[in-house]
Amino acid sequence: MNAIATIAGREIRDGLRNRWAIGAVLLMAGLALTLAFLGSAPTGVVGASPLEVTVVSLSSLTIFLVPLIALLLSHDAIVGERDRGTLLLLLSYPLSRWHVLFGKFLGHLSILTVATVLGYGAAGVALSFTAGEFDADSLGSFARLVGSSVLLGAVFVALGYLISATVRERATAAGLAIGIWLVLVLLYDMALLGLVVADQGRTISAAAFNWLLLLDPADIFRLINLAGLSRTSLFAGMAGLAEQMQFGRAVLLTALAAWVAVPLALAAFVFSRKEP
Amino acid sequence: MTISQTIFMEGVSKRYGDSYVVRDVDLSIAPGECVAIVGHNGAGKSTLVKMALGLITPTAGRIALLGENPAGRHAMAFRSRIGFLPENVAFSAAMTGREVLRFYARLKQVPLGGADRLLERVGLAAAARRRVGTYSKGMRQRLGLAQALLGEPRVLFLDEPTTGLDIESRQMFYDVMAELRDAGATLLLSSHALSDIEQADRIAIMKAGRMLACGALPELRRLADLPLRIRVHVVDGNAAREFTARRSVQWLDDLRFEMTCADDGKVEAIRSVSLLQGVRDIEVMPPTLVDLCDELTREAAE
Repeated sequence: MNAIATIAGREIRDGLRNRWAIGAVLLMAGLALTLAFLGSAPTGVVGASPLEVTVVSLSSLTIFLVPLIALLLSHDAIVGERDRGTLLLLLSYPLSRWHVLFGKFLGHLSILTVATVLGYGAAGVALSFTAGEFDADSLGSFARLVGSSVLLGAVFVALGYLISATVRERATAAGLAIGIWLVLVLLYDMALLGLVVADQGRTISAAAFNWLLLLDPADIFRLINLAGLSRTSLFAGMAGLAEQMQFGRAVLLTALAAWVAVPLALAAFVFSRKEP
Repeated sequence: MTISQTIFMEGVSKRYGDSYVVRDVDLSIAPGECVAIVGHNGAGKSTLVKMALGLITPTAGRIALLGENPAGRHAMAFRSRIGFLPENVAFSAAMTGREVLRFYARLKQVPLGGADRLLERVGLAAAARRRVGTYSKGMRQRLGLAQALLGEPRVLFLDEPTTGLDIESRQMFYDVMAELRDAGATLLLSSHALSDIEQADRIAIMKAGRMLACGALPELRRLADLPLRIRVHVVDGNAAREFTARRSVQWLDDLRFEMTCADDGKVEAIRSVSLLQGVRDIEVMPPTLVDLCDELTREAAE
């Protein structure tokens, strides 16, 4: 445990030193604030809580930004240390490889958590000054947004480690990270949409479609946040989807957690078999 | 037998695909002993060290470190008593020297005060609060040495320990080595530098993954049976011609010639040269380590 904490501590310190953490916080806060104020302007007409509108726009921001930050932090974690020559020395110390991996995971996740909480929190606080009190429902979906954003980040940190443990070259890791981001964040959705349109509901049932959504962590995240509340889902254009959703929130969260656990376990397995 | 040896290797090989990086190496090192591995780049030195540390597993053969399999489950227990200085040691550039050493001290569960004392010992106390990124090669090497010394190690693996060190740092390093050996630590170092190798009790010569010879330096010299060269500088070249005509010598220029002799004929040769009129200087040059390596390599090939 001591070793894991030590590794995590070094990653956090490294993140602060490299201004990674501060950059992530500023980026998240800047974009969140912009979205919060731009997004809340027209809501008077619809009569929805400005916080819920913000949740919708921030969800879209999360889907693009959080995986990107997570992959930037994590894709270099192992291959970079191997390349710089620090890995060999580290592994000669009295700690096992899963200590190293899990310590890094905790460190990177801490950076990501702080960036998300501070960044989105800033938007929430700023909004409360202009829009007054929020009801419990809105606060609940905001808290859910922050929590699931961190979880989505954890998914991509784990995926980044899997890449980093597998490849031999840093450039390959960077390329694969971009590829994974493109596929899971953009292309999978497009392909699924195309498939549904082309199929016209003949072969793909609603149930099968829901299962297909579980194969992409970004879609699980969307379902958790956008289909969660009927009021929110109206804005998000997910109302139709929400009605047909067969999975409860617990199932969705479990699926997202599995998206963390499986790549992380795979990364640990690959790492343990590689020669430093 | 195995238990009493600090490092024990028997028939150790490491193969990648069809090519052997290390082939059939036997080596055992007793507690308190210092062994230097010599060989060209790619001779398999670093791979041998990595296998002894348990970082990679051999394709064949048996390795015991302090009586245990270094890659096994029980290895974690004694890892904190092992020091390792890898070749071209590197640290995260954003951390200060003090932070780096304290990080490693935490991993080895050594009191942090010991880390600060070690920084002083290797002469980095003044630079302790500077980022490692600003360190020179020699300073990084000294920081690497400091981390290897954490936790009073019983075994030290030092891969090219003195590259980038100036003369003063080198001396500091040899002092540290002597202290460690007085404390009963076992040292395995790989090096190119003759001054490093002179610190060792035994020298192991490696070539293309094989261990060609292992023994004390005089022993290896006898084994190779290389001639010594005696270089003579005279005042008057012509006066010496009569002497040199009867012997096989090689004139370097008008005033200097070189002759060779076997190790046991050295005294006789010097005596005969000293009888010569007008000798200004006599230099006796034993075969260099490079000559020794090449000769032993050649013999092994035959």
